[in-house]
Amino acid sequence: MVKEIERAGIPVVHICTVTPISMTVGANRIVPAIAIPHPLGNPALDKDEEKALRRSIIEKALGALTTEVSGQTIFE
Amino acid sequence: MAKIKVVHYINQFFANIGGEEKADYPPELRKGEKVGPGMAFAAAFGDEAEIVGTIVCGDSYFNENMDKAKPQILEMVKELAPDVFVAGPAFNAGRYGVACATLAAAVQEQLGIPAITGMYEENPGADMFKDKVIIVATKNSAAGMRDAVKKMAPLVLKLGKGERIGASIEEGYLPGGPRVNFFEQKRGSERAVEMLLKKLAGESFVTEYPMPVFDRVEPNPAVKDLAHTKVALVTSGGIVPKGNPDHIESSSASHYGEYDITGVMDLTEATYETAHGGYDPVYANQDADRVLPVDVMRDLEKEGVIGSLYNKFFTTTGNGTAVASAKAFAKEIAGKLKNDGVGAVILTST
Repeated sequence: MVKEIERAGIPVVHICTVTPISMTVGANRIVPAIAIPHPLGNPALDKDEEKALRRSIIEKALGALTTEVSGQTIFE
Repeated sequence: MAKIKVVHYINQFFANIGGEEKADYPPELRKGEKVGPGMAFAAAFGDEAEIVGTIVCGDSYFNENMDKAKPQILEMVKELAPDVFVAGPAFNAGRYGVACATLAAAVQEQLGIPAITGMYEENPGADMFKDKVIIVATKNSAAGMRDAVKKMAPLVLKLGKGERIGASIEEGYLPGGPRVNFFEQKRGSERAVEMLLKKLAGESFVTEYPMPVFDRVEPNPAVKDLAHTKVALVTSGGIVPKGNPDHIESSSASHYGEYDITGVMDLTEATYETAHGGYDPVYANQDADRVLPVDVMRDLEKEGVIGSLYNKFFTTTGNGTAVASAKAFAKEIAGKLKNDGVGAVILTST
């Protein structure tokens, strides 16, 4: 899905936990997530901490979208 | 002759421990036991080989803790010192396939023990490791177990005896690159004419020289002015309005959903849930923002970090969904996003 959106000319960032799969499939901008059942959260944290964690991942993703890349890149 | 010793790797599901709620199950060695599909393998091996132990690990545990789980499992295999290591088969289960292929390749490379696994050709584990270890092509669901065991068991015996493995087309594994010679019954000109006749008649034929498929897309230029860009959220994590109004399937999705989030500031337990059947849904059902981060995107919109959040999100379940379907969904989705002036997409996967 990432690739088709990219192909249509819209910059796209893939947030996922198992980044090797994203690399194999062919996403160009990749941001690692927390865990498979809660990629953008962590139920062990309290609400505010969890939201801050989510925000940090989204900020990384926005950073990826505003960064020029020449090939597949994982933004750690 | 002594029996060939086999160690078998399976996930929590095939070990009958549980489904997604048990996917965080850490590695466990069951010495002297054959479990689940191991029974079918044992029957197929007859007197020639025996399963000396089964290693069980949850799919999420393995994929999220690969650095820890991999050496731990290799140590278990080493302890049992088998002649052959068998993983799976994993069919179209993505995380299971990655685990099976990762382990089979590692056992072979690091322990020098021949290894084999099996999975559906679209399983991401296949593309990642088919050039490193034998991966038998299976059907896309566990309904293909009998067929998979029938193809894998003879190869296990061959590996155990150190016999020559034939070409992928003869043995039924996914071509990994190396070429293996074999004698064809018919000569080349005859086969070529047969193919040509089939082609002219509009029938399907199998080429003997498939071209490699490199499906890569050039990255688009970076977003220049985020503060004036409309950003959309798309997910393969199956987030849907409570009740799943469009009945998006929990696996092998046949369609995607498109939902208006105008005025929605936060996804709550009362309003949204996941339809995805490939991960433990508890956390996403409690708070769907953990998969589709609408709450944070709204904050960033309010603060002017992004121009706006697109007023719809697109969703499907990536679980076992055919590549061709996902491609078709996303092509349609991309068309709609373009029409509505979306300048960037965040796509989340579970």
